[in-house]
Amino acid sequence: MNEKLEPIVKALQEKFGSMVEEFRGEVHVFIKPEQIVDALTLLRDTYSFELMSTLTAVDYWPQETPRFHLIYQMTSLSNNLSVQIRVPVDGANLKVPTVTRVYANANWREREIFDLFGVEFEGHPNLTRILLPLDFVGHALRKDYPLGYEEPQFTFNFEDIDVRKPYAKE
Amino acid sequence: MGVEQKLGNMGVVTTSLETAVNWARTNAMWPMLFGLACCAIEMMSAQASDYDMSRFGMELMRASPRQSDLMIVAGRVSKKMGPVLRRLYDQMPEPKWVIAMGDCASCGGVFNNYAIYQGVDEVVPVDVYVAGCPPRPEALIHGVLTVYEKVKGEKFKDLATK
Repeated sequence: MNEKLEPIVKALQEKFGSMVEEFRGEVHVFIKPEQIVDALTLLRDTYSFELMSTLTAVDYWPQETPRFHLIYQMTSLSNNLSVQIRVPVDGANLKVPTVTRVYANANWREREIFDLFGVEFEGHPNLTRILLPLDFVGHALRKDYPLGYEEPQFTFNFEDIDVRKPYAKE
Repeated sequence: MGVEQKLGNMGVVTTSLETAVNWARTNAMWPMLFGLACCAIEMMSAQASDYDMSRFGMELMRASPRQSDLMIVAGRVSKKMGPVLRRLYDQMPEPKWVIAMGDCASCGGVFNNYAIYQGVDEVVPVDVYVAGCPPRPEALIHGVLTVYEKVKGEKFKDLATK
């Protein structure tokens, strides 16, 4: 771990009681959903992490509970540091406070996570679908959403698929 | 066109008129700019100076559907884009033809999932499919010439019953 990053991670651990893991140079700090706004405010104001590089989510169903991990990648441009904040979110309780007031670029990224995973962000100014069609039912990037696979049409099953395909009328 | 419905089969007059009309249609067919994804680059390069499509009558590409006859669907069509594509197709005046350029427009290509139409013929009726990922500009020009063959073979009695 970078020497400049150690006191920051230590401060996060003391204040929020979080677990830290390190993987190939990346530092992951686990924060609970209720603490995320305070943690990001602390990082932005005290430790000058000006940029939230990205905000994504991962679905670990059915191997792990809690099911979703929200990943906030924080970058400090002045100190050249980056740290990853992970927020485990359970499938039964999908509410997380929004960080739009701390970092403005979280707006669309939280909409994307809501669209594709179903995690609801409380306090978000406009939590609607952003990528999928607006009348889409379900959340597409969850592991239990079907792939939407269509069988390839070879010569041996040409007619079978041909009758089932919804061709456009004139 | 009213003359098509009235003429029917009048022998030599119909044949020469058909040839003239089809010749006129093929020699100045204007495509509609519908480059969605990577195939659009090959469509642009087919229109540019090295593989010139203007030699075949496609002098320019109109962005407005009301002023074009041929829609070249270049690229993958997602389920969100489908209604937009259908609306633009409906806004094109008759006679109109559609080329599905590339693998994604013909059959879904490499994308076999919930978000991409498996072939744009689920949205609009297609006349010619051009395979390739992306098809070379020469392949697209071959597709365009195939549409021309199709247009030259059109008869009035088929159009009258449409």
